[in-house]
Amino acid sequence: MATLRIPIHENDHSQGPGDAPVTLVEYGDYQCPYCGAAYPVVQRLQRRFGDELRFVFRNFPLAEHHPEAVSAAITAEFGAAHARFWEVHDALYESQEELGGPLYDAIVTGLGLDAPELHEAIEAEEYAEKIRDDFNGGVRSGVNGTPAFFVNGVRYDGRPDFESLEETLARALGAAKSGRSGASRR
Amino acid sequence: MSAEILSAGSVAPEFTLASTPSDHVSLGDFRGRPVVLAFYPADWSPVCGDQMSLYSQILPTFREYDAAVLGISVDGVWCHQAFADARRVRFPLLADFEPKGEVARRYGAYDREQGVAQRALFVIDGDGAVAWSYLSPSGVNPGADGILDALDALRARR
Repeated sequence: MATLRIPIHENDHSQGPGDAPVTLVEYGDYQCPYCGAAYPVVQRLQRRFGDELRFVFRNFPLAEHHPEAVSAAITAEFGAAHARFWEVHDALYESQEELGGPLYDAIVTGLGLDAPELHEAIEAEEYAEKIRDDFNGGVRSGVNGTPAFFVNGVRYDGRPDFESLEETLARALGAAKSGRSGASRR
Repeated sequence: MSAEILSAGSVAPEFTLASTPSDHVSLGDFRGRPVVLAFYPADWSPVCGDQMSLYSQILPTFREYDAAVLGISVDGVWCHQAFADARRVRFPLLADFEPKGEVARRYGAYDREQGVAQRALFVIDGDGAVAWSYLSPSGVNPGADGILDALDALRARR
């Protein structure tokens, strides 16, 4: 059973309370269509579970297949450096078919950030270390493609649709609430 | 289903299989280095970052262990070539094609019902012995965590 080897840390991008009983971690690639399909699913799960769910996004760009994956990830990390990670993350998935320089510019400019500064970051592969650390930690945890989800530290091997994920999260929530360690926290 | 896959401590059966229409690869070519042997059911599985492309993407990590990576399925060389080009797989994909599945059978990793290799992983040490093996449900890409743990263990042994 593949388990999350890198505990949630302060450089992670996280939504929801730090002490939520259920943590969903996604290893994702901005150019992966399956991640694009999972994006609204995660949002629906967040609405469904509210404060009982913490969501963490980590980078897993499959750069060999997706030529825009790394630049998109850098754009999101650039947003993070300005405390706007989730706005950029959401905008990238909402315009996934248009990934590329003009979209990145439009996104950061729309947030009042400096596009030339972003160009320099992409050129210099800034944030590459953070992205690579996410990737390598994912490989060590058994990430086997994208999106890869971990529910309270255990890799989720089911289908990435709402019903299947909801069922697993509900089970993890039940286990956490009844204090069983079972497949919950590690 | 098949018999059990070969377990740690077994001698890894030698084989020579075609890797391209004109080249062959033998297990013995890699004596002295760890070998990652990844049997898988078929080229062209319909997911992003399928198992072989994932391993290709993390080749730099495997290289840190001086490990060779070999994929094996019952697909033929031309199919492998098209698949490797399309998915940018940059390590040899071997054709266990004739007699079909013979090498997979010897490793206990042949699914007779489906007529394909199972999703079985082997890490073979530099002396040609199985150091670690793992059989994944055929629908589940096992990822690389187990392989890297096994390579770590091999390195610690030296």
